[in-house]
Amino acid sequence: MADRSFEVARLPGFATIAITAFVILYLPIITLVAFSFNAGKSVAVWEGFSLHWYADAWANDDVKSATVRSLIIAVSASAIATTVATMAALGTTRRRQFKGQTFIYVAINQPLMVPEIVTAVALLIFFGIVKTWTGYQGLGYLIAAHAAFCTPFAYLPIRARLEGMDLSLETAAADLYATPWQAFRRVTLPLLAPGIMAGAMLAFVISLDDVVITEFVKSGGQDTLPTYMLGQMRRAISPEVNAISTGLLALTVILLTAFFLLTRKKD
Amino acid sequence: MSAAEDALRKRSDRNGWLLSAPALILLLFAASGPLLIVLVYSFLTPGQFGNVVWDFNLDGWRGILFTRDIFEGTLVLADAHLTIFWRSVWLSILTTVITFAVGFPTAWFIATRPPKQRAMWLFLITIPFWTNLLIRTFAINEVIRNEGLLNTLLIWIGVIDTPIQIVYTDAAVLIGMTYVYLPLMVLPLFAAIDRFDMRLLEAGYDLYASRLQVLRRIILPIVKPGIVAGSILVFVPSLGAYVTPRVLGGGKNMMIGNFIELQFTQGRNWPLGAALSMTLLVIVMIALLIYVRAANRGDNPHG
Repeated sequence: MADRSFEVARLPGFATIAITAFVILYLPIITLVAFSFNAGKSVAVWEGFSLHWYADAWANDDVKSATVRSLIIAVSASAIATTVATMAALGTTRRRQFKGQTFIYVAINQPLMVPEIVTAVALLIFFGIVKTWTGYQGLGYLIAAHAAFCTPFAYLPIRARLEGMDLSLETAAADLYATPWQAFRRVTLPLLAPGIMAGAMLAFVISLDDVVITEFVKSGGQDTLPTYMLGQMRRAISPEVNAISTGLLALTVILLTAFFLLTRKKD
Repeated sequence: MSAAEDALRKRSDRNGWLLSAPALILLLFAASGPLLIVLVYSFLTPGQFGNVVWDFNLDGWRGILFTRDIFEGTLVLADAHLTIFWRSVWLSILTTVITFAVGFPTAWFIATRPPKQRAMWLFLITIPFWTNLLIRTFAINEVIRNEGLLNTLLIWIGVIDTPIQIVYTDAAVLIGMTYVYLPLMVLPLFAAIDRFDMRLLEAGYDLYASRLQVLRRIILPIVKPGIVAGSILVFVPSLGAYVTPRVLGGGKNMMIGNFIELQFTQGRNWPLGAALSMTLLVIVMIALLIYVRAANRGDNPHG
């Protein structure tokens, strides 16, 4: 194949465009990361290596509280989303097609179809009403909103894992007098675990990255890292934002790598 | 069917619903349900300090296209609103076209790599796909800003004396959206090309087709479902974009998303904001319906 003079799959110019696309995709991100280590205040002129923007960001109480808040929301929301998504995935796979199954599927994936700004406005209005009724102003609203839009992201990989699973092992467990609960605990759940982990990670990343819905739902003083950064961008830009971005970016890449390793198909 | 079998099936169906119930309840309260409240709000009257007064009328919906003349009290077309719609639709279409023009060769390139390399290239496109949109908007902002990398570089080389004003223009929003949504175009295109049987190309060339003919008559029709999927995945978030136009477009170059926000903040016209949200939702739903129909047709070559 290699010495063929005429490669059928080759289209002229495509490789050049593709390589250019990759360069353009990565150049701004690499620049952003590089200038987070800049000694000077510029994000365009290099003045030597320094970690002081990281130190500054870490010493900033707003950044610290936004980080903690982001993590609390992401952990709680992804835990809730993964739990309800796992149950729904068990309910909608590996059984006879039932009436309403398509409805459930569409309803769970609904957050993927509605523009974020529309959901954000809807939650602003609805949670506003609930806030006046109950007087509760806490993080619960943000957690509920995040859990809701993270649910489809958790559901899809778990469902995919379930659909690829062999029913015969559970049948074998039942034949050996395992109760349905025992069969689930000892056979289904361990087999499903990589799917659940993958779903939880995606949900976590999606929650951590959200800007629009958080911006509309948050009460005063409830900034998360992304909404804090959005607020900073209005002002003079300093490499502190680069440092925070780099931190978030690193977390995303680590989680995604883990996700890929978990969902990788064994050849 | 025996009665016992029937009962068993009924139980299985009921379990399906019961297991799905927590997810459905969560989504009802924190995602789908509130959309109905937006619909109701679009028919109410704006309150003096934001929020609404419970007085039903159609002013919110009328306000999408018309504004009341201050002097005569007659309805006239709201030019400012039309400009925003026009900008949103136009920029979204351009974004879709450019991401396709760049994304198709990129997806083709990834799909035709040797299997070992392919996973690496695919991973490289997936990282920006999942990376925070705000961070990527911020990254491209740092490149095209007046004091940014591009202008600094051009001045240093001596091509220009004063920075080119890119940010806070429509062009900046277009560059930004193309940059942040490109991975959304590449991934579905890759999925379609990956399933494509390369032997069809050999058949085409054996029958004396030129490269252009092969591309137009064989490749593009077969990967069409991927093209439609990618276009929808780019067009829909572009139309509802909020972060990218806010950061790169500044206050003047608003898109529908920012215009909606304005109604809930300084504009203090919640019914208009609600009506605009519903309009955006309907446009998106129509786009999705077109997608579903095109995708179904793709599954059935004889359809």
